[in-house]
Amino acid sequence: MPLTIFLAVIALCPGLSSLVSGSQFWMPPNAALHGVAVDRLMRWNLTALGTCFIIAHLLLLISILRRPSPGASRKILPSMWATVAIPLTLLCLMYVWMAITAQRLWAANRFEGPSPAAMQVEVVGVQFQWYFRYPGEDAVFGGTRPELVNAAAGNPLGLDRQDPHSADDIVASELVLPAGREVDVTLRAHDVIHGFFVPAMRLKQNAVPGMVLHVHFTPELPGEYPILCSQVCGLGHARMQAKLRVLPPGDYALWLAAREAKLHAIQAARVQAQ
Amino acid sequence: MTDPIESAQAIQHSGPNAEPRRRRSWIRRYIFTTDHRTIGIQYLLLALIAVIIGASLSLLMRLHLAWPDLPMPFWGVMKPEDYLALVTMHGTLMVFFVLTTAPQSGFANLVLPEQIGSRQMALPLLNAASFWLTVLSLLVLVSAFFVPGGAPISGWTSYPPLSAIAASGPGQALGMDIWLVSIGIFCIASTLASVNMLTTIVAERCEGMTLDRMPLTVWSWLVASMITVLVFSVLFAAAVLLLCDRHLGTAFFVPMGDLVNGQIVGHGDGTPLLWLHLFWFFGHPEVYIAILPGMGITSSLLANFSRRPALGYRLMALTTVLIGLLGFLVWGHHMFVSGMNPYAGTAFALTTMAIAVPSTAKVLSWIGTIWGGNLRLTTPMLFSLGFLSFFIAGGVTGPLLALPILDAYLHNTFFVVAHFHLIMAMAAIFSVFAGVYYWFPLMAGRQLHEGWGKVHFWLTFLAAYSTFFPMHLAGLAGEPRHYSQLSGGAASMAALIPLQRYISISAIVLVAAQLIFLTNLIWSVWHGKLSLANPWQATTLEWSTASDGDPIVLRGPYDYGVHPGQSDFLPQDALEPNPE
Repeated sequence: MPLTIFLAVIALCPGLSSLVSGSQFWMPPNAALHGVAVDRLMRWNLTALGTCFIIAHLLLLISILRRPSPGASRKILPSMWATVAIPLTLLCLMYVWMAITAQRLWAANRFEGPSPAAMQVEVVGVQFQWYFRYPGEDAVFGGTRPELVNAAAGNPLGLDRQDPHSADDIVASELVLPAGREVDVTLRAHDVIHGFFVPAMRLKQNAVPGMVLHVHFTPELPGEYPILCSQVCGLGHARMQAKLRVLPPGDYALWLAAREAKLHAIQAARVQAQ
Repeated sequence: MTDPIESAQAIQHSGPNAEPRRRRSWIRRYIFTTDHRTIGIQYLLLALIAVIIGASLSLLMRLHLAWPDLPMPFWGVMKPEDYLALVTMHGTLMVFFVLTTAPQSGFANLVLPEQIGSRQMALPLLNAASFWLTVLSLLVLVSAFFVPGGAPISGWTSYPPLSAIAASGPGQALGMDIWLVSIGIFCIASTLASVNMLTTIVAERCEGMTLDRMPLTVWSWLVASMITVLVFSVLFAAAVLLLCDRHLGTAFFVPMGDLVNGQIVGHGDGTPLLWLHLFWFFGHPEVYIAILPGMGITSSLLANFSRRPALGYRLMALTTVLIGLLGFLVWGHHMFVSGMNPYAGTAFALTTMAIAVPSTAKVLSWIGTIWGGNLRLTTPMLFSLGFLSFFIAGGVTGPLLALPILDAYLHNTFFVVAHFHLIMAMAAIFSVFAGVYYWFPLMAGRQLHEGWGKVHFWLTFLAAYSTFFPMHLAGLAGEPRHYSQLSGGAASMAALIPLQRYISISAIVLVAAQLIFLTNLIWSVWHGKLSLANPWQATTLEWSTASDGDPIVLRGPYDYGVHPGQSDFLPQDALEPNPE
């Protein structure tokens, strides 16, 4: 009976695999500087642990399939040294290797802050939208206050217009970054916990209300990449997606200049209206 | 041979004093009873009801995820908040009402007193009280579906401020309150049940039942009960604090200036991270509450059906205790990207790698126990081997997810969903199936049908791998959990729809295979093969055939295959080689 079911499943496989053809089975191509090392670590660890899985199942299968031979010898247990002590020591060495290699990478990414030359971007999670703020020419983010938040009036982040630093702040609904320059992301959330997840940048960090968190990375390859929310945040969680556009430095400068010009035009109009 | 308690009652019924005995109505005997075996069966039935509801909810989720525009019967096209309510209730039902009740309270009530040579639990009335509190808790939870706004949508982890502020989403008003009250009642019920179990193991062991002669099931129930007492009290406190935040104006979890839906709701100085710490201080040890009894059952059954002692009994007991202790030190691995200090991330990564060591030692000893043994591939044995397979499959991704730098990609993706469904759901459920097939004679006096049991095993085994293994791939591709839809506004994951369809089809097969089990269960209660007194030729005392007086234990729990030529097993209380 088990054999019949097993064969039936094998026979079904071509049909099943056609069902999932075109689907994606691996990480999207990496586009970040630190992602090369992360991907290498992921491949090595998956290979090592996948091998453990296969070896353990081969041992299980052999145990099950070996025909019992008459005699009392099968009553005797294998020695603890051979079955537990030695394999456990080897596996522990593997765990130590995994821990050390991964911790070095973690330390390089999270223990050290960004370089002082990194560009500044603020990412704010709001049910169900990501906002991105650039500090503008003065390189300082203006103050914000929750009472001033009014997305309909064009102030979704509650920028305090009295603050001189806020005048040149640019707020965008897509994240545009120059390739090859380190970015220091300041993460905030207005309402509930959100998860800032950029798969192509091998980057995830929660945005927590009441906390200002930092994470830094260097986008390398120009292109468009999805930004997702990875922490359930309410009914619009799945559609809380934005776009990251990584541009060659020249194109980025053009984009920034266009945004600044637009901001100046709006401010001029506001002054006229007053 | 039927259940000794029932046969004892049958004898009393046939005697001259039958009348006054019968007046203790069946309600007192089967419903509001203090008999531990009946309570054990009640717990198992409660878990069965919860698992049927929980699995039905997951089927609705799977259908919606694969075919988002398909109208559901009695429902219509599912809204995102409906999907999230299903996720929340599925997780809560499965973790609390299936994986905490069946392996721990269910089987322990069924066999623990007999396994340590006692006739009853230490505190029978408390035992009944904790069961009925659990029933109340389940009823309260399910009622959340029927209140305005529906069930909560914040997942079984209920992170604030989403869970603290009623305006943050549908279901977060009355539905969330009901969830918290239900969990509060469940915490009390579990704590009482565990106090009872600890007292029983400490105080009610018979003569000769020293600690190093306790079956490994008893060791695992001992450690799981200690964990339960400690962590459910913390969860209870957290639930009370969250209710205070919601209704009494405190601010434990809601930060200053928190702005939800256009209203400033944060007036105090709380932090959501406090909830994460409290919740996961409960939440991670909870995983061990669910899996430790399964480990104990597997150790016992692998020894029995290999007809040899469990390899490294003392090591097994020690690793059970170690896993319990280390389990208290690893909760932060759920929080690598939560905003916790990255240095703390390193510390929790190391403790998590450390807990892999006793877990690996257990797997190696299980393989050693069956390696070269004379295996009897009965249905309970197949499910124990299935436990081992899923424990390895889910276990190997544990050290991977313990590495913060890789978790910073995999956190909250389907990779994690695959990991915990393989190890916590499938491994634990396979040990529950093993236990049901193994101990069914103690419940019904009959055996479950072996042939259909094997069909049930193979279909479940293959469909479970087919359902949960591909989720690793979706996770590697970057699909987050809790996404109600992969098309429309969430189109960046649309390439994964075919894969999710395949998973949904597997899940339907997986659930359908359980109908075989249900049919077998109901059929066997009346028509199953009548069981012998000790059908599996087991050594532990729940199968003891000596009925007079208190047993006296003379040896360890796994004396299999030690006297070649005569009997190949020696029950713990047998005086001399058993002539059977």
